[in-house]
Amino acid sequence: MKKQRRVHEFKPGSVFYACLVYLFLYLPIFVVIAFSFNTSKMNITFEGFTLEWYGRMFENRQLMQSFFNTVIVAGVSTVLSVIIGTLCALGLYKFEFKLKNVLSTSLYIPIVIPELVFAIALLIFFTSLNISMNMATLIISHVTFSMPFVVITVRARLAGFDRSVEEAARDLGANEFRTFMRVTLPMISPGVLSGGMLALTMSLDDVVVSFFTAGPESTTLPLKILGMVRKGVSPDVNALSTLMIVGTIVILLTSTMIQGRLERKM
Amino acid sequence: MEQTRDKVIISLKNVDKSFEDERVVKRLNLEIEEGEFLTMLGPSGCGKTTTLRMIAGFEYPTSGQIFLEGADVESKKPNERDVNTVFQNYALFPHMNVFDNIAFGLVEKKVKKDEIRRRVEEMIKLVRLDGLEKRMPSQMSGGQKQRVAIARALVNRPRVLLLDEPLGALDLKLRKQMQVELKHLQKQLGITFIYVTHDQEEALTMSDRIAVMNQGNLEQVGTPEEIYNHPETKFVADFIGESNIIEGYIEEMDEDAIWVTMESGKARIGERGYRLEEMVYLCVRPENLKLSTEPIEGFRFRGQVKEHIFVGSVNKTMIELPNGQMLKAETPAEDELIPVGTVVNVYWNPGKAVVMRTAEEQIYNVIEQSVEIEGMTNDQIF
Repeated sequence: MKKQRRVHEFKPGSVFYACLVYLFLYLPIFVVIAFSFNTSKMNITFEGFTLEWYGRMFENRQLMQSFFNTVIVAGVSTVLSVIIGTLCALGLYKFEFKLKNVLSTSLYIPIVIPELVFAIALLIFFTSLNISMNMATLIISHVTFSMPFVVITVRARLAGFDRSVEEAARDLGANEFRTFMRVTLPMISPGVLSGGMLALTMSLDDVVVSFFTAGPESTTLPLKILGMVRKGVSPDVNALSTLMIVGTIVILLTSTMIQGRLERKM
Repeated sequence: MEQTRDKVIISLKNVDKSFEDERVVKRLNLEIEEGEFLTMLGPSGCGKTTTLRMIAGFEYPTSGQIFLEGADVESKKPNERDVNTVFQNYALFPHMNVFDNIAFGLVEKKVKKDEIRRRVEEMIKLVRLDGLEKRMPSQMSGGQKQRVAIARALVNRPRVLLLDEPLGALDLKLRKQMQVELKHLQKQLGITFIYVTHDQEEALTMSDRIAVMNQGNLEQVGTPEEIYNHPETKFVADFIGESNIIEGYIEEMDEDAIWVTMESGKARIGERGYRLEEMVYLCVRPENLKLSTEPIEGFRFRGQVKEHIFVGSVNKTMIELPNGQMLKAETPAEDELIPVGTVVNVYWNPGKAVVMRTAEEQIYNVIEQSVEIEGMTNDQIF
């Protein structure tokens, strides 16, 4: 179906206003990218083009270690969040039970309470159990705050789900598991994917929760950057930030493309 | 007797179904024969879809049994039953194209790839979807989706095909066309069809037998002719086609006829087997109701012509009886009309009226019969 689009004639005032909004949004990002190629150590004037900072960044062992930590934590916590969150959404969709409303509402509480409070709660929880902070505590903490987002996106997808399609699969000889794999999962996959993307980005740039629940060996990239800028923003931080921006854009574009393809099919 | 037993493919015995406090199917007994086109007909909420879903295995009876080819299917899940369903809203898999939709059941049965291809292509030809194999459901019209849904079910060669109001979402013209196609398909394949609909015309056109349901009860089972010409209950007479239903009681009786007295008149009907003073309903189809300005032998029944409505092939005439009840009569369009306001004699061909016992009388009769049976067994015992 084609949507009717109204062609609008822009007034100079509104064009100017729109430019300001976009400038406000993107100028800081462009500045970071630009200075990452600057020969000068000072983020004040642009003196010449260099790739030196990128080289230094890759030589920095600690920085690379925290990068790998981040990838592992984000990857594992995303996979766990997607599995737990999807099953949770399906359970809330399929079954009627007592306290269902209470349960589904309380899923959203970790989203709305201040992150700092949530982080301190996790810290107290782990220390009271005498667990020292390490990679596992960090992953568990990331799952707790990203899982509700998966539940939300999958439930939104399930809202338009026609139950009789599952019945049709059963009718045609598929058992429960085959029905899930061949019908239910492919149909909710756009929701699962966007939930996963949310979980991934939340985990990738989390500072507050990670600050309290990461051990000395499991410092993540955002924490490392935070530590580095205490001594002033050095050009290698600019280089790292630029790479992170590029990485995020690549992930975003791929997932949008996959999602578009999944939805166009249906 | 033995022969007919062999032919029964599905039998429902005392099937009862309740959802929480609501009893939606009440002690249903029905036998469906192999190769027949049986329609379950009734208004929405009468329990017909629930019955179909119990045969498919999506719902389980609260009590009673369902037999598929002589075997109790209580413990069998939908995927273990040799029946397939065509759903009301098609329920196609939106992420699969036409070919994969139709092949779904065969893939689950682990049929070999080249045989799947052969059988799916054969089905696509049968339902005339050639060239659309690669289409996604979202790119198809309602009629095409319907054909995919039918092909997807039939490709598995089920013993019984269950159809839940499959034509409900189509426009009138397409519906008529699909009715004919479905009937042809059923004849051609010889598969038992159980078809659920609320459309009485659809039921009359397509079925070998119709089971009329109302409020969870099976009202009558019979051929379309039996259901139309000899309705057994007031509900059936009212629901199928148009009917004039007049309440009365039996005042006089002789060897081969009864006089039914109604609030607005009397009529002699060639029926027997009723008691004096028994309350009955008289049911006359509009096409059998006749009007005359002359008195008619056997009828003392008058009304006033109120309105003529021209509906193409026929004229509908509304007649008001002295008690205010309106009757409908249909006459061929070319016949001369009796002017509005005229008081006329209402009559019918005595063979064309159906006398029905009222519900209370039916209960009375059942009690009487069971007393008789008890008496008989007592005689036999002593």
